[in-house]
Amino acid sequence: MNAHHHDDHAADDQDAQVIPLGTARRDDSADERSPLERGIASGLAFLRRRLSGDYDVDEFGFDPEFNSTLLLPLARALYEHWFRVELAGVENVPDGGALVVANHSGVIPLDALMLSVALHDHADRQLRLLGADLVYQIPVLGHLSRKAGHTLACQADAARLLAKGELVGVFPEGFKGVGKPFAERYKLQRFGRGGFVGTALRAGVPIVPCAIVGAEEIYPKIADVRPLARLLGLPYFPVTPTFPLLGPAGLVPLPSKWMIRFGEPMTLDEYDADTADDPMTVFDITDHVRENVQQMLYETLLRRGPAFL
Amino acid sequence: MPAAAARVVLVTGVSRFLGARVANTLQADPGIERVIGVDTVPPGASTGVPLGRTEFVRVDIRTPGIANLIASAGVDTVVHLHLVTSSSVPRAKVKELNVIGTMQLLAACQRSPDMRKLVVRSSAAVYGSSPMDPAVFTERDEPIEGPKSGYAKDAVEVEEYVRGLMRRRSDLTVSVLRFANVLGPGVDSPFTRYLRLPVVPTVLGFDPRLQFVHEDDGVEVLRRMTVEDHPGCFNVAGDGVLLLSQALRRAGRPYVPVPAPSLSMLGDMGRRFAGLSGFSPELLRWLTYGRVIDTAALADELSWHPKYSSEAAFADFAAAHGFGRPLTSLLGRL
Repeated sequence: MNAHHHDDHAADDQDAQVIPLGTARRDDSADERSPLERGIASGLAFLRRRLSGDYDVDEFGFDPEFNSTLLLPLARALYEHWFRVELAGVENVPDGGALVVANHSGVIPLDALMLSVALHDHADRQLRLLGADLVYQIPVLGHLSRKAGHTLACQADAARLLAKGELVGVFPEGFKGVGKPFAERYKLQRFGRGGFVGTALRAGVPIVPCAIVGAEEIYPKIADVRPLARLLGLPYFPVTPTFPLLGPAGLVPLPSKWMIRFGEPMTLDEYDADTADDPMTVFDITDHVRENVQQMLYETLLRRGPAFL
Repeated sequence: MPAAAARVVLVTGVSRFLGARVANTLQADPGIERVIGVDTVPPGASTGVPLGRTEFVRVDIRTPGIANLIASAGVDTVVHLHLVTSSSVPRAKVKELNVIGTMQLLAACQRSPDMRKLVVRSSAAVYGSSPMDPAVFTERDEPIEGPKSGYAKDAVEVEEYVRGLMRRRSDLTVSVLRFANVLGPGVDSPFTRYLRLPVVPTVLGFDPRLQFVHEDDGVEVLRRMTVEDHPGCFNVAGDGVLLLSQALRRAGRPYVPVPAPSLSMLGDMGRRFAGLSGFSPELLRWLTYGRVIDTAALADELSWHPKYSSEAAFADFAAAHGFGRPLTSLLGRL
């Protein structure tokens, strides 16, 4: 993810751009120091905590301070100014444990980042995504993903997070969704093997369907160089109108207009936990969730109108 | 007959640090008649732990001598702490000690009619370290990719032999303890040696999640397992998680990230030319992907929590080794 390459840079610049670190919003009547002084002081305090290792991470490696001070602000800049994300139905996100099920697209999974920003800023929830194991094999990306609170897509981790009352996010389409050609945009792929339904049933949490519109246009994938993908061990090697033609400049996502919409939570109360072992019912629920997301996707797409305005 | 009462306890690996500390704790318990410590080398002053009334017998657990000892002394409880993790001893010899030694010991245990209890120190390394496993291992989890080499594989084999014994002697109370890395003022392990390098190399692009158990807590767990009945397999670790980068910063150790292949090459060169212990493949994997184990089962079973969290265990170790915090003190002055 190209956004992450700026991290080191941001750390170096701490002294200069400390004001957005959450201090600016605080009530400043009690403190006589100027905002700049306080900004510098809190920036230095942050730097000292980081350099002395004086912060906590959870068992998944989630580092809330690092995430909200360094990772999210970078993503937020994209969210607010580049993709101009419009959010709807955020009141549908319940308190406590729930499973957010969203469509996946865009060649590079920026939709995951934007979804995290949306829920962090507007629902005050930390989204814990379940990612492909490829993510955790790639240097830097793997540990940044853990520091941002995400983990490997597996039954055990999902159950553990949901039991702690966390908001867990999944993209059941996986690579088939994120790497699909531009011509197939907004057509949901197969929803994995329905593992997420079993997880929700066992944990007794609702499924929150979510439609993300706009990610399809950021890197329009017009071809796939399979031999190169195989060589690099990647699921696909995309060709877009700008990549690899323009080199690194081709990595800049196109500034499409985004909309993220959360649907009403689908409670699975009528089923008991044993249903997770009944494949037929699990398939039915999976299809139901998929239709729901597809429907929301078409509606939101209509509402958005033109892709780049 | 109260099943829990251990009368004659045999502790293996007593010349090394953990064994000596456990023997020392057990001999202070008046409920235990005899504590017999065995090892291949006599207990030196190096561990710095007095053995008290522990009777030391120099016997190699790889030989049938151990069976004679168990039979003649009427040993009813065996505390097996002989797992060697060090990579400074040649690998073939380590494997011999770990696996063949355990086989002989377990054979002797199976034969003895007095035997009632077996406590085995295993390692959380049996779960391996990979990017494809769940973030947290419970005792029931099987790793996708089990360890293929080193003491981690030995530990897997040791556990298999223990399970074999449990099938054949279902009357025995068997406790298997999968320890996270033990840390504390007195511990010397491949990891503590790694931390003492002048500049600590880390794997570029990876920041593993680590867990530690303090030596005091480790000894307490082993003591309880020995004097009380807690059959089963348990993970042992302090609460919480520390990232490697975080640990190194807390200890004020300078570190430099290097690509994984050059790290193992550095380790090889260190072993050959500088008398260092090098990096075993399983240590390297651990330093790349890390590992976290779930200790809820142990806390449930013992109704007890480790006194030291992973963080506190590391802090205690760092303080005892005089690791400073140069960077912090420098910044503190600003």
